[in-house]
Amino acid sequence: MENIHLDLPLDEKTVRSLRAGDAVTLSGSIITGRDAAHKRLVDLIDQGKELPVDLNGQAIYYVGPAPASPGHAVGSAGPTTSYRMDVYTPKLLDLGLRAMIGKGLRSKEVVESMKKNGAVYFGAVGGAAALISRSIIASEVIAYPDLGAEAIHRFTIKDFPVIVIIDSEGNNLYESGPKLYKKTAL
Amino acid sequence: MRNIQANQITKSISELFTQCSYIIGDDIKDSIDTALKIEPSPIGRNTLLQISQNYDIAARERIAICQDTGMSVVFVELGQDVHIEGGQFEEAIQQGVREAYLHGYLRKSIVAEPLFERVNTKDNTPAVIHTRIVPGDKLKLTAVAKGFGSENMSALKMLVPADGIEGVKRFVLETVERAGPNPCPPIVVGLGIGGTFEQAALMAKEATALPLSRSNENPKYKQLEEELLTRINELGVGPGGTGGLTTALKVHIIYAPTHIAGLPVAVNICCHAARHASQIL
Ligand code: SF4
Repeated sequence: MENIHLDLPLDEKTVRSLRAGDAVTLSGSIITGRDAAHKRLVDLIDQGKELPVDLNGQAIYYVGPAPASPGHAVGSAGPTTSYRMDVYTPKLLDLGLRAMIGKGLRSKEVVESMKKNGAVYFGAVGGAAALISRSIIASEVIAYPDLGAEAIHRFTIKDFPVIVIIDSEGNNLYESGPKLYKKTAL
Repeated sequence: MRNIQANQITKSISELFTQCSYIIGDDIKDSIDTALKIEPSPIGRNTLLQISQNYDIAARERIAICQDTGMSVVFVELGQDVHIEGGQFEEAIQQGVREAYLHGYLRKSIVAEPLFERVNTKDNTPAVIHTRIVPGDKLKLTAVAKGFGSENMSALKMLVPADGIEGVKRFVLETVERAGPNPCPPIVVGLGIGGTFEQAALMAKEATALPLSRSNENPKYKQLEEELLTRINELGVGPGGTGGLTTALKVHIIYAPTHIAGLPVAVNICCHAARHASQIL
């Protein structure tokens, strides 16, 4: 498979040029967040308060890593299922969030907001958590340390392997891919 | 009567959870490697390759196969001639879970109460324990580390007898297709058919932890397992849900007697990180 290498942060033009099915490796800086952190961020947005992290141009990885063993930046760190973030996501995209990394389906509202804002949804291989952790070379907690594995971390990544699942035009590999191989009707 | 020390149980449980979190069963690994040879989708093959390499890295470095090291489920077959000494039986199991997750660099994913506060217990306890009293003087412990990406895609339905075999097939196929990429395919599908509401779910969970080489002893159920596997793979979901012919590695059925008015069916989905290990004390 042909591979596109991209350095973070991503600008809108680059993101709009990506197509569902593209294999990409990412290098640079990303933030992490899952259910509990999303809830706190959106509570702050709703109250009109300042966020502990600037989302503009940012890429977020839905992950709650395992504890790091000695000599490693993080423990195993594969993607968590993204749909649990869907109710919060459009508000983050409106603040300039450019890319999301996760696994699994997204809601219509998220896809519409991605099209409007020019954002991309990358999929990492769910369960390939030990392998993926090798492309995370540094990790620091930047917000909500009380959440433990669910705290917002900043990861420095190098050649992090992803596939474009949903592009900024709304093309969705989870729909187009299975169609190519489906044999039976239910 | 045979005496077994509570701390032996703790030690065994701790080892089983650590081992299954780092080292995937040979049956799963072989099945992924076989699929890699026949999967037609290039993206699908790339996913399978990452999954296979991930198993190797986790085993070699003794780190978690998946960051979601699961909710701990323990199946116990307790021989009726066994006497547990030196501590409480269930507490011995919980202590084993605690030690595995605290010392094994495994993620602690359990909240003490599900709805209002959701505060993490910080040691992955409590484990869910299912105990059966059986003849003999042995104690068999099976540790299952159940990830919730796939657990959340599981389903139970109280079918009626008229729904029959076709109704069961439809429910299973619908459940797997609706799950799509979410449970990290390729998956192992555990089916519990019959019994009562809770028994169906329990059988389905047990079915996810059977070796891939096992088939149902009843030829009709064996054939149903095979047909469902074929039809699931024809859904096209594929590795990681991006399309392909490898959606499930195996369908296991456990069935039980049920009521004249009922046909409970439980579908427990397990991801390719199908982590379980057993020991007999
Ligand atoms: S579903 Fe399984 S493989 Fe996927 S993230 Fe959860 S535990 Fe890991």
